Amino acid sequence: MENRRKKIVIHYFALLREERGCASEEVESAARTPLELYRELRGRHDFSLGNEVLRVAVNEEFQAWDVPLADRDAVAFLPPVAGG
Amino acid sequence: MSGAFELTRSAINEVELRKSLANPAGGALVTFEGWVRNRNDGRPVTGLEYECFETLALKEGGRILSKAMSCFDILGVHCVHRTGRLGVGELAVWVGVAAEHRDDAIEACRYVIDEVKHRVPIWKKEHYTDGDSVWVHCADCAAHHHAGGKVH
Repeated sequence: MENRRKKIVIHYFALLREERGCASEEVESAARTPLELYRELRGRHDFSLGNEVLRVAVNEEFQAWDVPLADRDAVAFLPPVAGG
Repeated sequence: MSGAFELTRSAINEVELRKSLANPAGGALVTFEGWVRNRNDGRPVTGLEYECFETLALKEGGRILSKAMSCFDILGVHCVHRTGRLGVGELAVWVGVAAEHRDDAIEACRYVIDEVKHRVPIWKKEHYTDGDSVWVHCADCAAHHHAGGKVH
């Protein structure tokens, strides 16, 4: 049950958006957490940034890397910010 | 009671923003303007490109301003950040804080710009005269990773 595949919308920004070649996509994944999801996607797309330098947002709010993901969640991987 | 964080794709009008903080109880207004400069780390810069995660940037920016209102003895605070492409000399971010006395306004202004730079999901890409461009901070992190994570 917990490994059931989910549909997740992913949002990419800045360097990750460029490396992925798109700002968002929908994926099917059995990842239980944002960390598992990022590792899966990084393996697929060879992202240059490790999760240790990223923050993650789920449904437009910052979250820990180990929160459980649900079907239809929107996950955003956030590279190091540089406002100002 | 103002405490607004905004994002805008058009030029920031600092004269109008300043008026938004007018308050008869105020004895001090401190503003910070972040400008696009023509060099960074010794490289000539032609312009910048700011990208943001709009919904979360507005939430996080709003939280910073709320915290400033509750932690400092101030009358109002306002912050506006540009997005999109900016040329050298343009205003990228504006912070204004009104207070009865200058100390609170100065400290709160410093707090707001520091927190905005560290926490709000906004990214900056620098474009250089040689045609190269780099996402600030991202490139360092990627380089560290490829170097085996030896640099911290």
